[in-house]
Amino acid sequence: MSGDFANLLADLKEDEVLKLTKERIESGEDPMKILDDSREGMGVVGKRFAGGEYFLPELVFSGELLKQVTELVKPHLKQAVETKRLGTIVLGTVAGDIHDIGLNIVDFMLDVNGFEVHNLGVDVPKEKFVDKVKETKAPIVGLSGFLTPAFDSMKETVEAIEKAGLRKDIKIMIGGGQMDDEVRKYAKADAFGKDAMAAVALAKQWVGAS
Amino acid sequence: MASEWAELTPEEKREERFKRWLSPQGVTFSSPKAEKAYKEKVTRFASAFQLKEADRIPCILPVSNYPAYYAGTDLRTVMYDYDKLSQTWLKFLHDFEGDLDTFIPPGLVPPGKSLEAVDYKLYKWPGRGISGNTTTYQCVEAEYMKPDEYDALIKDPSNFWLRTYMPRVFGALKAFPQLPPLTSFEEIAIQSFVPFGLPDVQAGFQALLEAGRESLKWIAVVGAIAAEATAAGMPGIMSGLAKAPFDTLGDTLRGTQGIMMDMFQRPEKLHEAMERIAPLAIEAAISAANAAAAPVVIMPLHKGADGFMSGKQYETFYWPTFKKVIMALVNEGIVPVLFAEGGYNTRLEVIKELPKASVAWWFDQTDMAKAKKVLGDRACLMGNVPTSLMMTGTPKEVKEHCRKLIEVCAPGGGYILSGGANIDKGPPENLRAMMEAAREYGTYK
Repeated sequence: MSGDFANLLADLKEDEVLKLTKERIESGEDPMKILDDSREGMGVVGKRFAGGEYFLPELVFSGELLKQVTELVKPHLKQAVETKRLGTIVLGTVAGDIHDIGLNIVDFMLDVNGFEVHNLGVDVPKEKFVDKVKETKAPIVGLSGFLTPAFDSMKETVEAIEKAGLRKDIKIMIGGGQMDDEVRKYAKADAFGKDAMAAVALAKQWVGAS
Repeated sequence: MASEWAELTPEEKREERFKRWLSPQGVTFSSPKAEKAYKEKVTRFASAFQLKEADRIPCILPVSNYPAYYAGTDLRTVMYDYDKLSQTWLKFLHDFEGDLDTFIPPGLVPPGKSLEAVDYKLYKWPGRGISGNTTTYQCVEAEYMKPDEYDALIKDPSNFWLRTYMPRVFGALKAFPQLPPLTSFEEIAIQSFVPFGLPDVQAGFQALLEAGRESLKWIAVVGAIAAEATAAGMPGIMSGLAKAPFDTLGDTLRGTQGIMMDMFQRPEKLHEAMERIAPLAIEAAISAANAAAAPVVIMPLHKGADGFMSGKQYETFYWPTFKKVIMALVNEGIVPVLFAEGGYNTRLEVIKELPKASVAWWFDQTDMAKAKKVLGDRACLMGNVPTSLMMTGTPKEVKEHCRKLIEVCAPGGGYILSGGANIDKGPPENLRAMMEAAREYGTYK
């Protein structure tokens, strides 16, 4: 049954997923199991996205489904959800840029691949990246940007991390819109990823999980 | 005249529009030399659009707000100070005169005071929502149209815009939902005036009047800059903007999140709304092209790029109404320049169905060798010089990159050397290197 649930979610069967969620809650099943199955289903969605079978509409729709399932399950949870994670990543769109479509795809893919993601949102000042790295001790930072003003913001963010004495302990990846390896060199980041799959591969490599 | 125009074929219409571009009405050139240069440049562009070889490939330098920074000021300043706007753009025009095949007047640098007058919420600009030193303005994506409002949009777009959409994106018009539908005016109008007397509604109209007054000052300046450029022998190339209906809905009405949910939850409504929007986009683009010399309409494309949706989704949701807009412009003799941000590698086989030499594809990061192979005998290609290279590379690197691009794209005609996207800052030597490459490596004779 749990495999069915994960598959229904991965196949984006909205009505069936919600109906089954309610049935499982009513039958008194441990709500944690429903969340585990959901996570498994989202993992399948991530795999299909990486494999070119799913695209942004499917990510958005599955994310919405997961939100609905979680809302149904939440009132029945007794303990806080704890999942084992491969590593922690601080993520955000750099200062002067308010775009988040790519940022959220990367967030989604890192999350379903087992990373704890601290997404700082858009137009993030460099100090905020530094503070979050200190607070979470994240070994990886992901800088997102869409437009050309991000070139300088990325450079300045990397410099701020350096100045705070954190640079040697962390790896920094960049990506999005007009970013490429030239910008990576300019910003002195460690890697450029052309899409969310590249971000996952880099993160796994950096935490030694690949 | 109108009936004669209607009887022309699309090719004849385009021929007429190209003639008008070549010999624009009401222009006095500053010298015979300027006039000759103007005609040479128009001929280069027109040839490229028609997949013919002129003396050499034309080049569009990838600059948007660049002239402001080149002159030592910034976007925020020129959005508010029209004298500075004029000085900076004219400085760029005259400093680069020998290196320009076309000149883009600051028609896309909006008047800050107009936007402020109406409390515009759809965009953030330097000093207003984003840091004052940011070099661009940016769109704030949100769900400005709710999922259950499709019917209202489809039934009467003007009414939806005036009473639902505009109050959400213009803070000053927040009372406009209290306006009556304009079609509801009584025969002997008595009650219908009442909402116009409400103080909040009146404040909204006052804000629009203020935005209008300010915009008139601004457009006079932009117009004078454009006229000076034309007189100096620099043709314009961008007469109007249009969007794919999917992007109109996805960018500024439903938002990415919203429209992608709609693809699953209400696909029929989405299709219906795009069909409703297409003729509006067409009408606006044609009238913009009619008002200017260059028969060119730019279509910036967003949510149909590689990775945003599957091939099947592209063909189902994106392409049909996009194609409808393209073809309506083509049939009016206009050249749509289709600016595909990101990559379009997976769309090439779909888009090649457009009639030969009818459009130009301006590619950002698409594989140009592949594009030339699939589209080369069908459409003019543009773009692909990376912004990162233009901003952080050396002139030598820029020139070499352009040389390789020209080698791939120029043979047989139908290539315009241009950027993958535009830059606002960067070494001016890199712009000159790009033009040098066009002159040195892009000759046909």
